[in-house]
Amino acid sequence: MLNNLSYKTQRKIIIFAFSLIPVALLFTFAYLPVFNMFKYSFTDWNGYSKSYDYVGFENYKTIFTDSKYFTVFKVSLYYFIGSFAQMAVALYFATVLSSNVRFKNFFKGVLFFPYLLNGVAIGFIFLFFFRPDGTLDTLMQSVGLGAYTQGWLLNPAIINISLAGASLWRYMGFNFIIFLGAISSIGKDVYEAAAIDGANRWHQFRHIILPSIKSIVQLNLILAISGAISAFDIPYIMTGGSNGSNTFVIQTVTTAFKYNKLGLASAMAVVLLFIVIIVTLLQRLFIKEEK
Amino acid sequence: MKTNKAFISLMSVALVGSMLAGCSKDNAANNAPNQGAENGQAENAAKGPSGEITVLTQRTDIVDTVFKAYADEFNKTYPDVKVNFQALSDYEGQITVRMNSDDYGDVLLVPTSIPLADTPEFFEPLGDLAEMSKEYIGLEERAVDGKAYGIPIAVNFSGVLYNKKVFNDAGVTKAPRTIDEFMSALRAIKDKGDATPLYTNYADGWPLTQWEAVLTTVAGKVDYVNVDQPNTDENFVSGKPHYELYKVMYDAAKEGLIEKDPTTTNWEASKADIANGKIGAMVLGSWAIGQVQALAPNKDDIAYMPFPTNASEIIMPLADDYTLGINKNSDNKEAARAWIDWFVKESGYPTEQAGGMSPVIGAPLPETLKQFEGTDVKFELQTPAKAGQEGLVDKIDKDAEIGLWQPEFKKRIIEAGIGNLDESYDDIMKDLNDAWVKSRAKVSGK
Repeated sequence: MLNNLSYKTQRKIIIFAFSLIPVALLFTFAYLPVFNMFKYSFTDWNGYSKSYDYVGFENYKTIFTDSKYFTVFKVSLYYFIGSFAQMAVALYFATVLSSNVRFKNFFKGVLFFPYLLNGVAIGFIFLFFFRPDGTLDTLMQSVGLGAYTQGWLLNPAIINISLAGASLWRYMGFNFIIFLGAISSIGKDVYEAAAIDGANRWHQFRHIILPSIKSIVQLNLILAISGAISAFDIPYIMTGGSNGSNTFVIQTVTTAFKYNKLGLASAMAVVLLFIVIIVTLLQRLFIKEEK
Repeated sequence: MKTNKAFISLMSVALVGSMLAGCSKDNAANNAPNQGAENGQAENAAKGPSGEITVLTQRTDIVDTVFKAYADEFNKTYPDVKVNFQALSDYEGQITVRMNSDDYGDVLLVPTSIPLADTPEFFEPLGDLAEMSKEYIGLEERAVDGKAYGIPIAVNFSGVLYNKKVFNDAGVTKAPRTIDEFMSALRAIKDKGDATPLYTNYADGWPLTQWEAVLTTVAGKVDYVNVDQPNTDENFVSGKPHYELYKVMYDAAKEGLIEKDPTTTNWEASKADIANGKIGAMVLGSWAIGQVQALAPNKDDIAYMPFPTNASEIIMPLADDYTLGINKNSDNKEAARAWIDWFVKESGYPTEQAGGMSPVIGAPLPETLKQFEGTDVKFELQTPAKAGQEGLVDKIDKDAEIGLWQPEFKKRIIEAGIGNLDESYDDIMKDLNDAWVKSRAKVSGK
């Protein structure tokens, strides 16, 4: 039956048929909920009632006039700075492990492993890690640094650094594996030529590896920044956002499910979406690719 | 090539055919028991309800053991009802999402986050409040327009769980009655140095919400929570119950009478610690008594007292645990109702598993309460809100984002107490009261 149709029509039918299911799934589970979120952000829906009223821009007005919704972005700064450290560490390990090192695959596995762990498990691991007389304190005491132990989650000046550290440990493996893939796509002959020209390891990294993976570094940077703005799982599981570790997403979840203001929370989610889009655009603007 | 194609089309016909066959087979299998049930209903109309019901529960820990035994026991009286259980680990979080559909079981716990006025949208009325009140207590919490929508699975009482031995060792032999006595008892335990006087469970958060339950004791009158509170603009002002109640928490935190690092507390460990005398007291509902006693080397060390109060009367407030209701969209309402009545009256759940009192009028007091018989401690339910003001406290609370039943502001109080925040206790209370006044005006004005 299909034989009678022209090649072009057949092609169209095949493309349509093959993309129908993924597009339907994408639409149902990605675009429809986002569309609904936009709709709810203009209502006072409480999350379960059968009826709700449209309140126009009231929710947005609340977010932008009440300081308590925006001060929490201060906390994101810790994760933002942490994400640079995370990229640096990931890049370092990726570079080292892309050369010939003994037990290379073992170390790759070790570094990537935390990313495979469940976020809840990591939260609990670090709760024990940071407890008074917990893993970290014991470790410090055994090497003679006992005098420097802190209330890692107790001291409001340190808590966000501790949490950003846990976050770094968790997501570093992901950056690492992407860098590693990009670095391994650089041909061996380039290194050999550089070695003949007398370039040392640092020169190779600075002039061969870094320029070759520039676009991947940018991609990781975008992911890291949007991750910092929407930091959620580690602080939510470990502290529930208390003691000054509240982030914007935790605030959103609290508003939606503790105070039953789903409309307001949807508006917060929309605001977050736009902030991430703006930051990404700004970054594209500043780090423009030279052509 | 040609034969190959023919073969493929033959195969696909066969495949589709088998799929259809599969469907029809499934249908047949599905229909059979239903038909059986319907026939059974017609035949056994006189005998009692029949059909299949799904019961939702929050008790993931005992759903496969104790609840299974309940179902077997239930079937001795009602052989035609098949009971299925579904346990939800985050009950409040999951059930409100499921209630957007029609599929939320037949018998379920009425979520506390559903406002009273919206209850009839989701639940079947169980009967006249006046009529049913002759049989059960605690129906008022889920009653709309004179109809009851939920029967409590247990009635809890709230106060302070403490380790008698720790108190005795510190020289406190009589349970403290007033707030001052309570504070000096905590100080004595601290001076003794063997135990944490008062454990807050700050990190888990939800144990902090247990403090709100003893508000009636501090107020010294059963009217305060639902009748007086929604009509006052001075809810968190000095001298008022909320201020006095959380001052205990703040002072304890400030004087170092709570755990050393509240941010890394652990609920399961705290139960073992109070059982073994490493913790003096925790503010918890009666449901915790059984759980802690089970861990204690000497069961008699674990005792319960009313929250300290400066009021003239000591009231140990009674409050509903979850209430059981019937899904409005249920197909087997009669069977669902039979289960609720059986579960509350016959199963023994209220006292054995929930650690509270039975809501059935005339049921005997549980062991832990016998010590208060003949003392001046009164057990009373809170007065329900006045007509037209049902759920008003909750509405103001949600709008103001105070969170009376959420851990947020309690955490803030502890953080201020241990010196992590620059705020004083009065700053926090003023902040809360301002939010309360603003939202009360807004909500009442609507």
